[in-house]
Amino acid sequence: MSAHVAARWTTPAQRFEKNAATREPAWVKAALMTVALLFFGLFLLLPLATVFAEALRKGWQVYFAALAEPDARSAMVLTLLVAAIAVPLNLIFGLAAAWAIAKFDFRGKQLLTTLIDLPFSVSPVIAGLIYVLIFGAQGWFGPWLIENDIKMIFAVPGLVLATVFVTFPFVARELIPLMQAQGREEEEAAIVLGASGWKTFWYVTLPNIKWGLIYGVVLCNARAMGEFGAVSVVSGHIRGRTNTLPLHVEILYNEYQFAAAFAVASLLALLALLTLVIKSFVEWQGRQSMHTSQNISEVIQ
Amino acid sequence: MKSPRVLPGFPLALGYTLVYLALIVLIPLSAVFLKSATLSGEQFWAIISAPRVVSSYRISFGISLLAAAINTVFGLIFAWVLVRYRFPGRRIVDALVDLPFALPTAVAGIALTALYAGNGWLGQWLQLAGIQAAFTPLGILVALTFIGLPFVVRTVQPVLEDLDIELEEAAASLGADRWQTFLQVILPVLSPALLTGFALAFARAVGEYGSVIFIAGNVPLVSEITPLLIITKLEQYDYVGATAIAVVMLVFSFTLLFLINGLQIWTHRRHGRITG
Repeated sequence: MSAHVAARWTTPAQRFEKNAATREPAWVKAALMTVALLFFGLFLLLPLATVFAEALRKGWQVYFAALAEPDARSAMVLTLLVAAIAVPLNLIFGLAAAWAIAKFDFRGKQLLTTLIDLPFSVSPVIAGLIYVLIFGAQGWFGPWLIENDIKMIFAVPGLVLATVFVTFPFVARELIPLMQAQGREEEEAAIVLGASGWKTFWYVTLPNIKWGLIYGVVLCNARAMGEFGAVSVVSGHIRGRTNTLPLHVEILYNEYQFAAAFAVASLLALLALLTLVIKSFVEWQGRQSMHTSQNISEVIQ
Repeated sequence: MKSPRVLPGFPLALGYTLVYLALIVLIPLSAVFLKSATLSGEQFWAIISAPRVVSSYRISFGISLLAAAINTVFGLIFAWVLVRYRFPGRRIVDALVDLPFALPTAVAGIALTALYAGNGWLGQWLQLAGIQAAFTPLGILVALTFIGLPFVVRTVQPVLEDLDIELEEAAASLGADRWQTFLQVILPVLSPALLTGFALAFARAVGEYGSVIFIAGNVPLVSEITPLLIITKLEQYDYVGATAIAVVMLVFSFTLLFLINGLQIWTHRRHGRITG
């Protein structure tokens, strides 16, 4: 028992390295570390550093001018707007899907879970194409939309739809396994004791899934703000009107305004870094609460 | 055992889930298949087997396979180093593994291009060695390797973390050296996770667009990927042509998705049996 507890508080690395039987020769360790860190530097660190180096190549003045430019600012506003619509929609969906799948038994559950993951395996380009086929001028609703003067494709609604599609599974796939692991007893107890369904959800379920929820929303938001392929198909690239930040980066880059392109790109890179920081923090929180509950259950036993 | 439903909200939650899934995903995706059904079999075949299209499959699928294979080897080493060794900055390295998930693909694309172009930090050294990476198929390989990097690391890492030390101690006490233990004890346990990571990286790479188009050069028959071909056809208002190629990609992705799902169920079972 005490060995068990001790094992939990030492990291796997410490355990394996202390034991001569499970330790690699020093030269093997050095070689593996070198390969891994070289790969890390080459494929992760250098591209990231390049973004900031290129952005500041012509100095801070050019950098800020590129960000303050009206087209860049309208791209920022549009990116925020699209994410502000797409993320809450997928958050509500994720909660509904996880509640149905984790708390009830029904036939076809495995199939439904697989279908929710479907958008991840579809190329972003095809995610854009499908909405063109439905709402484009030659699409199913094309003539009707033109008659009623409603713009879906090459307009904001198309951008939102394409973004909703590519970020569809993020919240659901975080919540489903989490809520399945937590079981139903706590909610059932609350209901039996007379709490309403909504009260049970707010006071029992939500606090339990808080970290998983934040995790899913943060990842969903990062993808929503950074999506390129899908929105590229439905946007029409109208400057100041249907250009999100990633599309604005592309336009600047294709016009050989490299410093400006990388300046806007550096904003998105900062967003990515912020996402990773929040993600690591949430994972750490999750591990902490797991340790606590494990210890509590050990004490009880 | 079936217990009576105590919890409320099942019809609402499931109903909302199904309607939303149908409206956002299933009905729009069916548009691709319905649109391509307006073609005769011969017309469909003529589009998807045109030389330029076939060479784009070769480029997309071939380079994606290669990138996934590279990621499997290096992802395993990476996961091993992260789980088994302590070193300063390990947490930061661990967190940055997910950078390709978080960094918008367009940003990755222009950054890799600047890095590997003839005047870039890495490109100038490669050029001295007579290698041109940017604007060639090699550039596509670099971009797809970047994109697929987290998949193998993140599928192998948890399995490696849960591996019991007793397993390896037993192998050592029975006279196996470290390499034999790795090949005959550790690798078989990791293989389902490795295979899943490989398939995930491959699936992602095949559909990737944003990070590739900047660095690829996009020369037809040489460095033109299938997703770009769909965009090209769309820009020429050839919706039928774009849709036919999309059907090929979708059928491939769905097959791979179901394989990956089966793999993951298999992994959980094996994994559960070994540790539990």
